[in-house]
Amino acid sequence: MSEFIRTENISFSYEDAGGGIHPAIKNVSLSIERGSFVAVLGHNGSGKSTLAKLFNMILSPTDGKLYVDGELVSTNEGADDDTIFSVRRKIGMVHQNPDNQIVSSVVEEDVAFGPENLGVEPSEIRRRVDDALATVGMSEYALHSPSRLSGGQKQRVAIAGIIAMRPECIILDEATAMLDPSGRRDVMSTVGKLNREAGITIIHITHDMSEAVLADRVIVLNEGEVFLDGTPQDVFSEVELLRSVRLDVPQTTALLYALKPYGFSLPKGIFDAKSCALHISGELKRLGTAREDTN
Amino acid sequence: MSEIKLENISFVYGSGTPYEIHALENVNLTFEDGKITGLIGHTGSGKSTLVELLNGILKPTSGRVLLDGGDIWAEPKKIRGVRFRVGVVMQYPEYQLFEETVRADISFGPKNMGLSDKEIAERVVEAAEFVGLDVSLLDKSPFELSGGQKRRAAIAGVIAMRPDVLVLDEPAAGLDPLGRESILSKICEYNKNSGVTVIIVSHNMEDMAIFCDKIAVMSNGRNVMYGDRDEIFSRRDELLAVDLGVPLITDTVHELSALGIEIPDNIYTVERAKECILSLLGENPKVKKGDFT
Repeated sequence: MSEFIRTENISFSYEDAGGGIHPAIKNVSLSIERGSFVAVLGHNGSGKSTLAKLFNMILSPTDGKLYVDGELVSTNEGADDDTIFSVRRKIGMVHQNPDNQIVSSVVEEDVAFGPENLGVEPSEIRRRVDDALATVGMSEYALHSPSRLSGGQKQRVAIAGIIAMRPECIILDEATAMLDPSGRRDVMSTVGKLNREAGITIIHITHDMSEAVLADRVIVLNEGEVFLDGTPQDVFSEVELLRSVRLDVPQTTALLYALKPYGFSLPKGIFDAKSCALHISGELKRLGTAREDTN
Repeated sequence: MSEIKLENISFVYGSGTPYEIHALENVNLTFEDGKITGLIGHTGSGKSTLVELLNGILKPTSGRVLLDGGDIWAEPKKIRGVRFRVGVVMQYPEYQLFEETVRADISFGPKNMGLSDKEIAERVVEAAEFVGLDVSLLDKSPFELSGGQKRRAAIAGVIAMRPDVLVLDEPAAGLDPLGRESILSKICEYNKNSGVTVIIVSHNMEDMAIFCDKIAVMSNGRNVMYGDRDEIFSRRDELLAVDLGVPLITDTVHELSALGIEIPDNIYTVERAKECILSLLGENPKVKKGDFT
């Protein structure tokens, strides 16, 4: 895999009305591989959204460098419009509130909005819109009004609008936070498919640990710095460290961790109910037998 | 403090137009006095419509909403009084903060009730304490607060009206795990201390299983289940059938019993699951292994 996004000592500070400086991202150096599926975790105010806005150049860093696709695109001197335009073509963003990102009164027109702005040929737009709606499983709603869709469906339309621009990377900024469990599942399976089948790089910002375990890399931010970075298996085995930065682990991991002082082994990467139950059942047998032996 | 009852409630949006939608159909449901009831259901199941009926934002197409036995629409001109008795905290209520200071914002409701300045001042401090908002923040602009603090300020604005019934739509949505825990614990504490009937709408089964006494399940505009938390979460397959689920830990315990391990099925917290598993080994969970040596 090759590198798609790289930050070099990137920092960003917000300035309040009174002239006070609030650092949100401090000296972060990261490299994101093309085609990877990265989850970004962190408590409220840890800098997650700021980082996302730096990646797609809604914000310019106060210090440091941003490279996209091997090119230096953003520094504290800002960037020219052409560069910003080219980065936003490559990196699409889906926001938290579905109602804030729908612009048209017909689903397929909404999906066509992006490619139209890119100056794509009408026949090609038609093809891209149909493909994009099929990919997110919303073809049958092409002529519906977005206002009558559920939150999960609206987010899938928003994703289709991004896909129609043929981006190389999609950033989801807490895009599942306002959805119900089935809406979340739909969105996660859609982005999983885009990642696996189309090789699109996914950066998923979330509070939901069960979504983070679907990624192949988890980055935990704290106070604007990278606090943990690794596979979900490795990151979620750091139970105490995660709790120290106001995060939690999936309940299955928490249970196995709580049983560890009593002799239960703690394997990494047990995130679903079934494998957790199987492991506990095995351990109960092992520990039960050991006990009988000593008696 | 108060009981709120829905009697044969139906609600139709756009009645008589081609866009007619039957949001609620013949719902009979009682939110019991002093209890915390969790209202769950997939998107479009009718939860939000139901919430808007509880304090008279919407008027039922048919059926009655009874607050302590009295029909809230008996005298339509007095519906405003019902809104003081049934306080509703909407989703993402911090978007509705608008005053110059947190204090002024929390005072807004009580002021509309026509209370004296002294009474309002007392209630503001009381409400801030109930939601765990430091009184030193009262003179700040709401926009200087963090997301979690804003949420608390917005909830305090409703609590300051001292409602008999407090309804919260997704009070913890968008907060990080610790923020979520903390705000729900405060609501729970408020319910225990004040006796106010609480209704929480949420998609988060793990939170609902920990904080609610009763659970009401909506599906396609109907109330399909109502009962004690333990009873409802033991009906896992029925919940899955209406696109809901049970907490991951409850699922894990269910899988354990499917493997032939004898374990109670009403487990919603990691702590309780741990105790039950250790008791299978004859362990006293209060004493750690290392303590023996």
